[in-house]
Amino acid sequence: MSLKKDINFIGMRNSAFAVSALLMIFAAISLISGIKWGIDFTGGTVAQLKFEKPADISALRKIFSEYKPVIQEYPGAKTFILKFSQSDEMENLSAAIVEKLKEAYPDNKAEIERFEMVGPVVGDFLKNAAAYAFGGALLGIILYVALRFKGSMWGIAAVAAIIHDVLITFGILVAFGTSVDLIVVTSLLFIAGYSVNDTIVIYDRIRENLRKAQRQETSAIFNSSITQTLSRTLITSLTTVMVVVCLLVFGGEIIHNFAQSLLIGIVVGTYSSVFIASPIVYLKLKK
Amino acid sequence: MPRNLQYKIIFILCVIGAAVYYLIPSFQTYSKKMDFYEASGQKILRLGLDLQGGVRLLLEVETDKVPAEDRKDIVDRALEIIRNRIDQFGVSEPLIVRQGEKWIVVQLPGIKDPQKAIDIVGRTALLEFRIVDEKAAGAETVPEGSVSLERKSGGSIIVQSSAALTGAALKNARVEIGGAYNLPYLSLEFTKEGAADFAAITGANINRQLAIVLDNVVQSAPVIRSRIPDGKAIIEGMFSMEEAKYLAIVLRAGALPAPVKIIENRTIGPSLGSDSIKKGTLAAVIGFFAVCIFMLIYYKKAGMLADIALLMNFLIIAAVMVLAGATLTLPGIAGLVLTIGMAVDANVLIFSRIREEIADGKTPLVAIDSGYEKAFSTILDANITTLIAAAFLFQFGSGPIKGFAVTLSLGIMASMFTAIFVTHTLWDAILFGKTIEKVSI
Repeated sequence: MSLKKDINFIGMRNSAFAVSALLMIFAAISLISGIKWGIDFTGGTVAQLKFEKPADISALRKIFSEYKPVIQEYPGAKTFILKFSQSDEMENLSAAIVEKLKEAYPDNKAEIERFEMVGPVVGDFLKNAAAYAFGGALLGIILYVALRFKGSMWGIAAVAAIIHDVLITFGILVAFGTSVDLIVVTSLLFIAGYSVNDTIVIYDRIRENLRKAQRQETSAIFNSSITQTLSRTLITSLTTVMVVVCLLVFGGEIIHNFAQSLLIGIVVGTYSSVFIASPIVYLKLKK
Repeated sequence: MPRNLQYKIIFILCVIGAAVYYLIPSFQTYSKKMDFYEASGQKILRLGLDLQGGVRLLLEVETDKVPAEDRKDIVDRALEIIRNRIDQFGVSEPLIVRQGEKWIVVQLPGIKDPQKAIDIVGRTALLEFRIVDEKAAGAETVPEGSVSLERKSGGSIIVQSSAALTGAALKNARVEIGGAYNLPYLSLEFTKEGAADFAAITGANINRQLAIVLDNVVQSAPVIRSRIPDGKAIIEGMFSMEEAKYLAIVLRAGALPAPVKIIENRTIGPSLGSDSIKKGTLAAVIGFFAVCIFMLIYYKKAGMLADIALLMNFLIIAAVMVLAGATLTLPGIAGLVLTIGMAVDANVLIFSRIREEIADGKTPLVAIDSGYEKAFSTILDANITTLIAAAFLFQFGSGPIKGFAVTLSLGIMASMFTAIFVTHTLWDAILFGKTIEKVSI
């Protein structure tokens, strides 16, 4: 995939900025119009039930009517996910569920495959912890990039790309109606790290070429640097997308949201390192 | 072949050998599907609760419910008592650690009946003996110095508000069956001092009722017929065998110094855990082969080197996890799958560079050396940022998330070693002594 002719990435910067601006506005609207936080952050209870024989969802609603759970049915009608909101009875909920199931289904054995109860204090604690981790990781990456590239514009552009990637991924996930829990936050943090990875590879090449060629136009140097690294950028993204798709298809329900978020983040991150991070540096350098 | 290169090859073989050596016990254990606690003391890869099933509880010690002067070391004392109870309950490899000011994390892997475990951990088990205030019976108001307590059999009873004796004086508690109805009851034995106190109390209150109070519920209130000198007592109540058994456990292990509240409970059943293992492994295997095949097609023979490096990567990650006693979780498997995609990145960077150098007209050997040299700082930079993110994830995450941070960072570090050192050495070994015009990349 070695390209003889450089692609004019810098020339496309205005269209790229426009596309990104639109995506970011979309993401912002989606985030403002309401994030569905998972029980990790709001507190509450999730119980995953598995029956031996298919069961009826409306019957389940009736059985648990006093708790008013949100019930989700898996294909096959044997597995159900019940989401209970925060309440005082949470501590005894799992025992109560077992009792009620035994009573209502004497000859259809049901098992609680997964039971997750998060108290309100813990929800607040996890929210704080996630916020600190996010802030800390971003700060760490910014510092490293700034130190390594001894010039703040490289760092600022890399951070702009990170924020771009995380914001857009987050916005798309929320628009999909994904509930945001610990594992989704984890995936966003990973995307922050991954986003800057691609950017740095291109930066390295731009700096190398800037040192080598003094007389060339800056835009030509940028274009040839991005073009030279393009095959690597695409191949690494491709292999990573390949494994993430494997996770999405074969990894099961529990990490589905995680894989989905990674997939979006990697695609957006690859795009931004080519079309956003480098053009921003270019604009600053040109001045 | 130069000395230097020979040493490098020997070193690589040693790393592979050591990794395999440390992985053999894990492989044997899991392939035989035996309960891994029974493995003979050898270190094996630990699985997280989300993979093997189990209970993770976060308890809050409600220190504000006891007088300020009793709060010293209260969380640590509660922790010790919970540890004792769990030991008596018989859970393999439990984890009981303090978190923050008044939280305790309890992890119980492989538990069959989570509800019972929760009961055992969370039960306050404050046992008290209180003299019944019979004068107040039937009175409108509860007199000063007395309180009204619920009876297990229904109704309430008024007892003195200070305990005559507490469970702290207990030496042993056993379940026995007998009495008129052949029901389980608890037989208590006091310590030496406890027995003396009990003798004094019973001696001074003959013909009065002694209420046996457990967690503020009166279990029974027998009439004291005579002084009991031998420090033995029984608690009769309407116990089932199960209930009697776990009461005996919590009484033996002692009462919690303050009530505890379960503020987080994550329970995964064993079937869901093994399902996750199957799905995670499938994703990893398919991802691995997909990437391997892609590398072979795109980079031909050089791709094979990358594939060898990838396989070695897996071995190193797993072996280091065994050695460090790290825990593999489902997000950890996801991290492993991700590192497959990312581990080849270092080789992709190098190979792309080599192709460029060849395109610039350099001979293969020179191109390879300068490819490695030029790609090195880029690889380092690109990976350090991911490591920074992983470090913060490790810091913030609970069990499963930590597992992700662990496999991700190990994967990145291992990939730097395999991609930079191992594949370079392999190139040198393959191309040694040959004068080649073309290289398959």
